[in-house]
Amino acid sequence: MEAPILSVRQLTVDFSTDAGNFRAVDGVTFDIPKGKTVALVGESGSGKSVTAQAILQILSKKARITNGSLLFNDPSTEGSIDIAALPAESDAMHSLRGGRIAMIFQEPMTSLSPLHTIGDQISEALMIHADVDQATANQRTMDVLNRVGFPDPKRALRTYPFELSGGLRQRAMIAMALITRPALLIADEPTTALDVTTQAQILDLIKELQVETGMSVLLITHDLGVVANVADEVVVMYRGRIMEAGSREEIFRNAQHPYLQALMRAVPRFAMAENERLTPIREVKSASLATADAPQRVQPAGPILKVERLTKSFTLRSGWFSGKAREIRAVSEVDLSLPAGKTLGLVGESGCGKTTVSKMIMRAIPPNSGKVLFDDGTGPKDVHKLEGEALTTYRRSVQFIFQDPFSSLNPRMTVYELLTEPLRIHDIGTSDERYERVKHLLEMVGLDQGALRRYPHSFSGGQRQRLGIARALALEPRVLLCDEPVSALDVSVQAQVLNLLKDLQAALGLSYLFVSHNLAVVDYIADTIAVMCRGYIVEEAPKSSLFRNPVHPYTQALLAAVPDPDIDRPLDFTKLRTGGFSQPSAWPEPFRIEPGEFGVMKEIEPGHKVRMGRLTAREAA
Amino acid sequence: MIRFLLRRTVTMAVTLLIISALVFFIIKLPPGDFLTNQIAELRAQGESASIAKAEFLIRQYGLDKPAWQQYLVWLGVMPGPNGFSGLLQGDWGWSFEYDKPVVDVVGDALWLTLLVNFAVVIFIHLIAIPIAIYSATRQYSVGDYIATFIGYIGLATPSFLLALILLYYMNRWFGISIGGLYDPQYAGESWTWAKVQSLLSHLVVPTVVIGLGGTAAMIRRMRANLLDELGKQYYVTAKAKGLGPTKALLKYPFRMSLNPFIADIGNLLPQLVSGSVLVSLVLSLPTVGPILLSALKSQDQFLAGFILMFVAVLTVAGMLVSDLLLAWLDPRIRMGGAR
Repeated sequence: MEAPILSVRQLTVDFSTDAGNFRAVDGVTFDIPKGKTVALVGESGSGKSVTAQAILQILSKKARITNGSLLFNDPSTEGSIDIAALPAESDAMHSLRGGRIAMIFQEPMTSLSPLHTIGDQISEALMIHADVDQATANQRTMDVLNRVGFPDPKRALRTYPFELSGGLRQRAMIAMALITRPALLIADEPTTALDVTTQAQILDLIKELQVETGMSVLLITHDLGVVANVADEVVVMYRGRIMEAGSREEIFRNAQHPYLQALMRAVPRFAMAENERLTPIREVKSASLATADAPQRVQPAGPILKVERLTKSFTLRSGWFSGKAREIRAVSEVDLSLPAGKTLGLVGESGCGKTTVSKMIMRAIPPNSGKVLFDDGTGPKDVHKLEGEALTTYRRSVQFIFQDPFSSLNPRMTVYELLTEPLRIHDIGTSDERYERVKHLLEMVGLDQGALRRYPHSFSGGQRQRLGIARALALEPRVLLCDEPVSALDVSVQAQVLNLLKDLQAALGLSYLFVSHNLAVVDYIADTIAVMCRGYIVEEAPKSSLFRNPVHPYTQALLAAVPDPDIDRPLDFTKLRTGGFSQPSAWPEPFRIEPGEFGVMKEIEPGHKVRMGRLTAREAA
Repeated sequence: MIRFLLRRTVTMAVTLLIISALVFFIIKLPPGDFLTNQIAELRAQGESASIAKAEFLIRQYGLDKPAWQQYLVWLGVMPGPNGFSGLLQGDWGWSFEYDKPVVDVVGDALWLTLLVNFAVVIFIHLIAIPIAIYSATRQYSVGDYIATFIGYIGLATPSFLLALILLYYMNRWFGISIGGLYDPQYAGESWTWAKVQSLLSHLVVPTVVIGLGGTAAMIRRMRANLLDELGKQYYVTAKAKGLGPTKALLKYPFRMSLNPFIADIGNLLPQLVSGSVLVSLVLSLPTVGPILLSALKSQDQFLAGFILMFVAVLTVAGMLVSDLLLAWLDPRIRMGGAR
């Protein structure tokens, strides 16, 4: 058997912090075979990224490789080098880094310097390692940009990262990593920040390039769906140690280690049974939830929240110097209806307008036209016309759960202050009553009272998100707007939070508008799903019929692009390669919508509506 | 670009107009003016000849007219006794205190002020940037602590006190006088090479004294900015490409951390002019600071008004320069930046 490109042996990395030493990677041993993809899987904090940084010796100053070896067998030269023995700033290490071992990162926006052109940053990578002049480097850069799928490589040379979409930025990162033709590519969560369709294209690109160049890939991810689709071998890490390693077949067909089994059970899948519950790795018990009663309130006759023909345009100034204004329609005639006690899932890729819709429902921004109707049992009222007392009551009834649990809690307030703030704003209760209420809220979300005096930074991501939920519940709302509430969380924690939301709904009779880009998550939690694209609702259906019979080409593409953690249901890369799913004018008839048009929603089976283009609209008339 | 410049020029003109009105009316706020005060004083002494001259000047400069008319005449948009002759026509008025045209009073002082302040700005950047880089890249090292300590001392030392101390010890130890910007024998002389040499040697101490506080502040801010940028992902990317530590640092995080300082250029200039008044007094520097102070005290309105307008023009022009520089250096601003 051929020698592996990289043999990691007993790798140990220690962090020295104020609180003492901390072992982030503890005796990790694995091989990366030539031309293969090894996936390193684990939750955040499992040490997978630190392992990758150790291989390139770009660890933070506080971290040190204390033991073990990293034997690198460069196929272009004879013999092997022990990377762990090289000083981090030696010439040998500089030439390995970026030259023979390249790396791409999770956040393609922050990984590229906004002040330098793509061309500058990519050609720089080549010029560090090869003795070429700028003209040759530019030529090579254009070649590689062309290869990774840039439509106009020549123009791209002079483009800045912020002018590109997330997908193109990640392609630029890949171009930067591959221009030196490295033997090993380390991809640290390369698609986590991308939309599903873009994710599928990037994974496909990495696979293709791997076949072309014969490089090995170390793929770091927490997404078992991605692993099932691209990895040859899988290494599962937990708390700095390897829990299980083996070929993809072995791992997915016959997971041995309880941790891995638990991880598999925590991921929402499409094939789940109707009332099947996710099993988080660490179940959180909520003491008071089982006994909690929904407040006695008049139930509305119709839906509790209804959105009618909501439209919103934004005016963009195209530049500082030109002052020309451009109008962009973010939301086009959106109709939604949320029945009381149910969950409406709103799915779409970034920039499709789903957050704008939720902000208009909150009355954070005014619509250009259309109505948001809220019915608390006394008949529907237009939210954007509410004033005074009625508006305050509405604000109390509709609360928001944010995506980022780190930035949505004020770091200078204790948990007690955070949770009582809504009560203080609305002047509810005496301070003793507030204290009781907050204790009860904490119990409901499964945190203990000791949390009250602590500050948000001392909690983990999942705990913070539960604090966010507790805060939203403080005013006994009837509707919760959840904007990507789990997309910043690990799978195991995600399962916890999703289950909590489900339990709360059952116990308190809440209605959710659940906004997400993750179809599997929406499938798990929602009753009805609306798919949004470029400001249009393109398809809306009860979840069973949406997944059984997706009609709209965009929905189909979206469904096809979700990697399922099931090796018997691989992604169909060839189908996804065509692109253009999110261009309304590129959809096939009868779905095609010309710019400036709205099309019409057509009901194809009870509750299942699809947006059709102009032709169909005329036929119907 | 041209539209932008036009728009900016118009805003600048409006801003300056408002500032000129504010400046003029605030100077006129206390009752009386230089000449009426002087006349009252002369009356007490019974000097009728000088009174006649003062009254002539009052009529000459229209000080007997209402304040708004005086303002418009000063600005040059309303005909005074000599027709249209104000700031817009380049006539900066008459200094009653010095009994000379304003242009003769401030002439040398203006460009010496610019020279001193330019030297100070250069000094601040030359000293602060390397120390800040050292301190940020070696956070919590001994060197960082020493730099931080010296920085705090620099921030906390009043510059006029430092000026006095230096004045005393330089004289005592080296027997040299560091007051003024050149040796006394060159005062009023034309600019010869010897005078320039004298100027340069005299420039050192004022530069250090005036610049110390700014240097310390800049070290602290630059260090903080750089520390923020050093934690950013693009710096890791640069290192992962194989760039050496120095080059990676200077090309990426350092350049990013410069933005706030470029944005500050507009503020820096007037601050240095008004901030160095005390030091200029102590070191008897022939800059506009002390002249402004005495002009304000004696209500020498045209002199004070002109100096304040000069500072305002510096500010507005500085803002424009920093905006243009920012746009040139940062594509996100140039292109109207999405995020």
